[in-house]
Amino acid sequence: MDRAMVINGICMVAALAAATMITRFLPFVIFPQGKKMPGFMEHLGKTLPYAAMGLLVVYCLKDVNVSGNFHGLPEFLAVAAIAVVHWWKENTLLSIGAGTVLYMVLVQIVFV
Amino acid sequence: MMENRKKAAFRYAFPRTVPVMVGYLFLGTAYGILMKVNGYGCFWALAMSLLVYAGSLQYVGVTLLASMAHPLYGFLMGLMINARHLFYGISMLGRYRSLKRFRTYLIFSLTDETFSVVCSEKIPDALDREWVYLWISLLNQAYWVAGSVAGSLAGGLITFNTKGLDFALTALFVVIFTDQWKHQKDHRPALTGVAASVLCVLIFGSGNFIIPAMVLILAVLSLQYRGKQKKEAERVG
Repeated sequence: MDRAMVINGICMVAALAAATMITRFLPFVIFPQGKKMPGFMEHLGKTLPYAAMGLLVVYCLKDVNVSGNFHGLPEFLAVAAIAVVHWWKENTLLSIGAGTVLYMVLVQIVFV
Repeated sequence: MMENRKKAAFRYAFPRTVPVMVGYLFLGTAYGILMKVNGYGCFWALAMSLLVYAGSLQYVGVTLLASMAHPLYGFLMGLMINARHLFYGISMLGRYRSLKRFRTYLIFSLTDETFSVVCSEKIPDALDREWVYLWISLLNQAYWVAGSVAGSLAGGLITFNTKGLDFALTALFVVIFTDQWKHQKDHRPALTGVAASVLCVLIFGSGNFIIPAMVLILAVLSLQYRGKQKKEAERVG
């Protein structure tokens, strides 16, 4: 690990920590005790968590190569398996564990 | 007396954190291993899990570190990925903003999982509320830190092929997405998130899509809000 990597790493940790703290503390800074929240903020509070999760799923899959040899089939199969297992059992750990192992088997053994 | 109140609060809090313990040990260990195989050892994983303490962002952070991305890019990415925490904060305002002790740490440690535990708790009056919140939050972070340190220490000894292990993050989001879909009647916000993001990946490319996607999502949600207000105004008028 060279000097530039260490400096960049320290700055990155600080940047990520600062960004996270802003998102966690901001509501308490803007709305101290006794202050009312505007309607649009309440609407966002109810809807944005769902939209944000959709964005995150797409973010994770954004670099899947649809025009490659396997047309993103391993990712599609693993995501579908996770959704089905979770819909059925609603056990977070089981869904994540099974989905990850399935994906690892697919990319290491099946689609090579 | 003080000791007894702490112990009583711990006895109440610990069982409620067990599901998070299992999840955090697994995801934390996977995180530590990923950091290690990308050249960032125990110290880095520890610093991230103590100071940043945000699962999804830390996973993205592995890529940011390994690619030597600009910290400002990481900062913006952090704001966007963790924007949902704003809404956990808003949900906990009523319970947390009046607390006298530990408030700063409780807000600092409000992750997705900690939020999911504390938001649904109706703590019995006999217990010290602030200590219950503190134990839940502290235990959860302890699991996460322990997992990530263990993973980064074990990462050097890993002899199996870790290709695809980072899919655990994708799996986590797919699980939360599925959960939300199942328990929510109105699917428009979720569909808006997916559709706007896919559209922006196609238009702007996978490297630049997040900011336009966030703007588009906010625009669509505000249109929905206006529509809702109009409907209510018509009903009242």
